[in-house]
Amino acid sequence: MDFSAFFEYLSMMVTYDFAKKALIVGSLTALCSALLGVSLVLKRYSMIGDGLSHVGFGALCVASVLNLAPLKVAVPVVIVAAFFLLKLSENSKIKGDAAIAMISGTAVAAGLVITSFVDGLSSDVSGYMFGSILSIDDSDVPLSVILSVVVILLYVLFYNRIFSVTFDESFSKAAGIKVDLYNALIALLTAVTIVIGMKLMGTVLISGLIIFPPLSAMRVCKSFKSVTAVSAVISVICFVVGIFLSFVFDTPAGATVVLVNAVTFAVFFAAGKLKKA
Amino acid sequence: MEPVLQCKNLNIAYNGHTVVKDVSFDVMPGEYLCIVGENGSGKSSLVKGLLNLVPVRSGSVSFAEGVSGGIGYLPQQSPIQRDFPASVEEVVLLGCIKNTGFRPFFSKSEKKTAEENMKQLHIFDIRKKSYRELSGGQQQRVLLARALCSADRMLLLDEPVTGLDPIVSSELYSVIHKLNHERNLTVVMVSHDIASATANADKILHLDEKVEFFGTADEYLDSNLGKRFAKGV
Repeated sequence: MDFSAFFEYLSMMVTYDFAKKALIVGSLTALCSALLGVSLVLKRYSMIGDGLSHVGFGALCVASVLNLAPLKVAVPVVIVAAFFLLKLSENSKIKGDAAIAMISGTAVAAGLVITSFVDGLSSDVSGYMFGSILSIDDSDVPLSVILSVVVILLYVLFYNRIFSVTFDESFSKAAGIKVDLYNALIALLTAVTIVIGMKLMGTVLISGLIIFPPLSAMRVCKSFKSVTAVSAVISVICFVVGIFLSFVFDTPAGATVVLVNAVTFAVFFAAGKLKKA
Repeated sequence: MEPVLQCKNLNIAYNGHTVVKDVSFDVMPGEYLCIVGENGSGKSSLVKGLLNLVPVRSGSVSFAEGVSGGIGYLPQQSPIQRDFPASVEEVVLLGCIKNTGFRPFFSKSEKKTAEENMKQLHIFDIRKKSYRELSGGQQQRVLLARALCSADRMLLLDEPVTGLDPIVSSELYSVIHKLNHERNLTVVMVSHDIASATANADKILHLDEKVEFFGTADEYLDSNLGKRFAKGV
């Protein structure tokens, strides 16, 4: 397929309202998650992202049982969980990774049990689990856009501080940076990003959106700035290509996006090896 | 002359376990102090206590006026850093971060400071290289340059030569010695390399939870403790 055909197809796709909404919300989520993913991967906090998406699943289930707006329930719950998981990871006394796995399992189990009491929610549940391109409704779009813009602005504004804290907590602390505050900021922004992206990408797939783009970028980039920028660009391109392919081949959106990311990673991995050789 | 750093009856404990016990010492301007002792003797904790990075249980740490804003710290390297994707230039610039306040970007003069420090430590030519591609000695130079960006009065170095081969170690020692003399920077260094410590430093603080010895390097070499440790126990 040549490029003109690609754009033709793409322009046809955006005439569908649901696809347009999914592209807007998804691209912004992809951008936010790629930025935050760099710090999460480097700080060895990847599991926190995974844990948060599972807590988000539980929260979305509770919201649909109570018939409440999903994002309004999930955002605060996942933010609280983010601070909790951050504390767990920092505390060397408790095995952080085991604790996160435990919380993830409990949240998913609780969500499944609660929704089983109410009839007709199984499609909601499967949508939350694996994501759905049809799930983005009108009320989600403005909220997602506002939250994403806030995430991106805060990230740019505190870029050097986030970089410093990611590279060296001790030095940053000695230089008077409130390390705990910036760790909390990273956790908070991650929580918000995950909740925005969950309905589209799904609980089990959203963490792929967070860790793949930074890992791909790190294969070839030498500076922190280029890793961050390339990660953001890869993430948005992979998302758009993934949605497009899912549209053409009628495959699940979230899963297709993650597979495109996986293939991209393989390509960057090979490129990194070639560059060294 | 007034001391730049006064530490009085300092006690530090983690989870109820004392690691630094009743430690008192003074550091004079321009002095080079080495804190020596065996592994687990509380050397690193003492330095962290001086910087307020760990909670101090009792006692006091006081710096002469204007010093606490001009301290450069070189912490021990964490495993996260060794394969970190950041350029040399980017890492060194982070040393200027405490002056940035709410300004999100570095100013021209801060970039100039970083450049000068990279030149002095001979890492200016590799400034575009990635930190993870450097040798251990180069990585320490980068971290030292970062520390220098925030140091106009004092350097606090925590085991700067760990894991470096003898030649690279002695190069780093001579760089630190030069900084101590040329820039009149007060140096406080944690080390377990007694031979280099006594060769370079003016004063030695031997720590084993509490102060076992505090005095000049020559006095230390004459003391029984110094003789025992200098032989390499």
